[in-house]
Amino acid sequence: MFIRLLLHLLLLAGLSPLLIGVITRTKAIIAGRRGAPLWQPYRDLGKLFRKDMVLSSTTTWVFRAGPVVGIAVPLMAALLIPFGAIGAPFSFSGDLVLFVYLFGLARFFTVLAALDTGSSFEGMGAAREATFSCLAEPTLFVAFIVLARISGSFTLDTMFGTLLANNLQTVYGVSLVLTAICLFIIMLAENCRIPFDDPNTHLELTMIHEVMVLDHSGPDFGLILYGAAMKLMVMGTLVVNFVMPPATGHLLLDAGLYVAALLALAAGIGLVESGMARLRLIKVPQLLIGTSLLSFFALVLLLR
Amino acid sequence: MNTPPNLILLFVILFNFFILGTSRLATCIRSVALQGALLSLLPLFLHTSTFHTYLLAGGAFILKGLLMPWLLFRAIRQVRIRREVEPRIGYIPTLLLGALTTAGAFIFGDRLPLLPAHLHSLFIPAALATLAAGFLMLITRRKAITQVLGYLMFENGIFIFGTLLAEAMPFMVEMGVLLDMLVAIFVMGIVMNHINREFSTLNTEQLSLLRE
Amino acid sequence: MTPTFFTNINGLLLVLAVYLTGGLLCLISGPRARLAHPLGAATAAIASALGFIATLPALSAVAPQHVALSWPAAGVDLALTLDPLAAFFLLPIFLLTFCGALYAIDYLHFPDRSWRAGLHWFFYNSLGASMTVVVLAANGLVFLLAWEIMSLSSFFLVTHDYQEEKVRQAGWLYLVATHIGAAFLFFLFFAASRAAGSLDFASFTALRTLPADSALLLFFAALIGFGAKAGLFPMHVWLPDAHPAAPSHVSALMSGVMIKTALYGLLRMLTFLPPIPGWIGIAVAILGIIGALFGIAMAATQTDIKRSLAYSTVENIGIIFLGFGLWLFCLATGHEAAAFLALIGALLHIWNHSLFKGLLFLGAGSLVHATGSRELSAMGGLLRRMPLTGSLLFFGGAAISALPPLNGFISEWLLYLSLFKAGQDTLAGTAVLFMLLAILLALVSGLVMLVMTRLLGVALQGEPRSQAAATAHESSAVLLIAAMLIPAGLCLLVGIAPQLPLQLINGPLIAMLLPNFAAADTTLLPPFGPAWSFTMLVALALLAIIVTVRTVRRRAAGRIGTWGCGYLKPDTRMAYTAGSYSQFAQDTVFCSCITPTAASTRSAALFPPAAQFRQERLDPVLTRWFLPLFRKLAEQAYAFRRLQAGQLSIYVLYIFTTTILLLGWSIMAP
Repeated sequence: MFIRLLLHLLLLAGLSPLLIGVITRTKAIIAGRRGAPLWQPYRDLGKLFRKDMVLSSTTTWVFRAGPVVGIAVPLMAALLIPFGAIGAPFSFSGDLVLFVYLFGLARFFTVLAALDTGSSFEGMGAAREATFSCLAEPTLFVAFIVLARISGSFTLDTMFGTLLANNLQTVYGVSLVLTAICLFIIMLAENCRIPFDDPNTHLELTMIHEVMVLDHSGPDFGLILYGAAMKLMVMGTLVVNFVMPPATGHLLLDAGLYVAALLALAAGIGLVESGMARLRLIKVPQLLIGTSLLSFFALVLLLR
Repeated sequence: MNTPPNLILLFVILFNFFILGTSRLATCIRSVALQGALLSLLPLFLHTSTFHTYLLAGGAFILKGLLMPWLLFRAIRQVRIRREVEPRIGYIPTLLLGALTTAGAFIFGDRLPLLPAHLHSLFIPAALATLAAGFLMLITRRKAITQVLGYLMFENGIFIFGTLLAEAMPFMVEMGVLLDMLVAIFVMGIVMNHINREFSTLNTEQLSLLRE
Repeated sequence: MTPTFFTNINGLLLVLAVYLTGGLLCLISGPRARLAHPLGAATAAIASALGFIATLPALSAVAPQHVALSWPAAGVDLALTLDPLAAFFLLPIFLLTFCGALYAIDYLHFPDRSWRAGLHWFFYNSLGASMTVVVLAANGLVFLLAWEIMSLSSFFLVTHDYQEEKVRQAGWLYLVATHIGAAFLFFLFFAASRAAGSLDFASFTALRTLPADSALLLFFAALIGFGAKAGLFPMHVWLPDAHPAAPSHVSALMSGVMIKTALYGLLRMLTFLPPIPGWIGIAVAILGIIGALFGIAMAATQTDIKRSLAYSTVENIGIIFLGFGLWLFCLATGHEAAAFLALIGALLHIWNHSLFKGLLFLGAGSLVHATGSRELSAMGGLLRRMPLTGSLLFFGGAAISALPPLNGFISEWLLYLSLFKAGQDTLAGTAVLFMLLAILLALVSGLVMLVMTRLLGVALQGEPRSQAAATAHESSAVLLIAAMLIPAGLCLLVGIAPQLPLQLINGPLIAMLLPNFAAADTTLLPPFGPAWSFTMLVALALLAIIVTVRTVRRRAAGRIGTWGCGYLKPDTRMAYTAGSYSQFAQDTVFCSCITPTAASTRSAALFPPAAQFRQERLDPVLTRWFLPLFRKLAEQAYAFRRLQAGQLSIYVLYIFTTTILLLGWSIMAP
């Protein structure tokens, strides 16, 4: 267990900024540019951590707590899920609820840290984040319920495994494919990627996540970016786990396969982002509810 | 479960959701046409390849997949509308209702005394769900053209039922249903044109003024 | 432990005696507020502290304890029984009564020569005593009597600020609602006593053999009668008016524990009734989730901090009923494991809600006290001005939002698990329903997060929105903070060491309510134990240390105002308000009946005069269902006005006729 704990933390801490790099690089290549090097996000983080910061005189301890919780939560949540064929370091019956609610904890602090500044822009972002998460959270639950029903277990570690590969030809195949699609969409929504939000814009009225962190600077902002990258990796892992081949028995080989799948997913996100525009804000709830209904339909198909 | 007919029906149900949730008329028409075209493939997979089957599939494809969308596109070009602006019930509630009726269709479909061959197929639930989605379109939308689309979805639902029974059902009934719909579309098209000319809008609410 | 003579029902008799003496002394102290105020608070605090100690062992004691004081005048004995079910509800009652009394010492201020102190504390003590007796009663008549005293004393506590028109209205609505509920309870107990032969709860076991339809009738009478008190949708209409009107420690007491006595009554009736059919359980669960969704959506639109909290109570009661419904269904269909999880989750949520709602109401009271207004738009920036109260409120908000590792999360976790388990074990149709309920519960908890971030963010953070908020300062009163620290500490304790409360509940209490289940089975629960406590404690401590160190050692290059996004003079009127925060959710998630009604005067003139805009956030159930219904009833009842002749002789005639009729009936009746 100790090795897996170490491996999980190392992979998460070391690899997550690379995913952002892959996404931006993919987008650049599609757009016909050469793009920044893959390790640019690491440099950005390093620069931010070396900087000084400016604090708003309105803020309290909540403002400083937000980034810390924002990075602590993905670290904790990652320990509950398997990374490909590498099992989760901690797992027990019912940990899927803990997983979802941990992200609730992060959201609570991010939203309140945004409101702490008293800025109307950040209030706007906070309101949007809180509203959209109401719609995204149920879908995550449905996806987990589908997996739990098929695998007969309430443990995240045993829920995934080689579910899709084994069941594609069975009655469960369709539900699993639909669920995987829903999880992918939810991953985009939770991490504020296109088509829900554009992580590269600042100060536009249609933003969610970026607008909430306007007043954070220096190391605090670095923590937020790092935490967001980790969150992307954790949510992406959920999607990747669908398509993972069975365990080879060799730890490094498993890890290599997992990393390759994750990078492919990041390239996929880059492709989606190159091909789509951000949705109009009023369309976002519609898409989220549509996704919930799709996942619910997968559940109905499964339960009949 | 993963046989081609079931996959087709699955996409039909997904199209139901999509049509219920979208406001752009052109997308709606295209989706209904696609749904119809998908359905026209059903007889090919289901029955022995006789002349009857080919005719049924080919006729359905031409009517549902080509002719009707062509007519409807012509109609919206003439009356120059592009979206359903204010449905009676919003898109999200309609979608939720659609999901509930679909769940209901599945639960109900499993309770019906069916042939063992049909017992775990998607035919009955898909037919019921598509019928219900057609009803929802008719109930919730204001524009005559979206209501026509509702009728078409309704007909698609009946078609799914029909394919189950196609071997037992006389050929004429089948064609009769299709022709019926075709006539209905023509009539609606003409009516729409006239409504538009008279009231310069396509909202059917204006029609209720005529009851006096 | 204290002497065994005390830690049983005798101790509770002593507690009742202290309550009553304290109340009466306050009453006779008359206008001497300086005497009555500390006296009443002290007796209430002492009695409830004693009661807590006396009750604790009873929760895990198998044998119930009885005591009966003969009361010849009423023809019944004042029979009291202390069993695990009673003890379960007594513990939060004593805890919150204690905290409320501590809080009120510094919170309430009375002019020196005023009757109001004596009256307030008389009713406060009598509320404490009557809640105790309601839960202990072993006889229908005693129960109803105590129930009535409880309703009346809480009514007088609600109308503490009787000079305000709104408070009088809220009190009136409360009185009407609670008595309509009581009418159903009278029917319930007298119908039950006809079937059982007496009003003694001991004889109610005869109800077990009741035919299904009459048992169902009794169940519905109990559901409506107790539901009206508990604030079950759609009978919650009194609750959002009465809670804000009352002084904050009374709101905490009412919302935290008084409405829970109704849940106690329902559970007590269920132990007498024959097994309830499964579909009733499903109906109760659906009613619960509708109530939860409605309550939390209404809470998101309120701008009055205490009204918002009151609606959140409606939501929590809905969640508890969801658990109860699931328990009833699974009990009827033989899914013992899911029934166990649902029951233990619902029970733990009852305790949890007492803790965090008590904390939130007390904290909100401090904010109201500091700013002089209940409106969120008059607060703002209070976390910097009142750091202790603010942080405690923050903590309560996190607990009620079910954030790990606090207590709300634990009970919701158990409820999710029960829904999943039920969905796993049952057939397609019902399984879909349970999964749907789980999804809706997730939606509810997302909305709770919205409501709480709105409440905390608008009231505590940003810049002050009014002059009063800008000059607000922390109260120097130790007791005020202590009263909030107790529930906050327990919230943390339940979250970090859930095995402690679960051990208490998962004993004789579960055996009472789930007779065929091996109560000691903890394998179904998540692995709560030392490992969980240790992990959570370490994680929490690490976070706390990092945040504290970072806050204290600000490595900041500078502190300037919040960036105004290019505006040169951003001011607080531009900040996001409570209304604008929930606007987006209102437009996208809620149905239109929830949204506030707006009235505005608009002028088309060339030089427009002053215009007005006003929003009202009325309860749609009250305005659309109950008010029209009662208006209709009132119209119908108009015909009876003719009976009101105003002449004495006519009234005597009525009495005479009634007597004759009754005499005739008594002869005719077999």
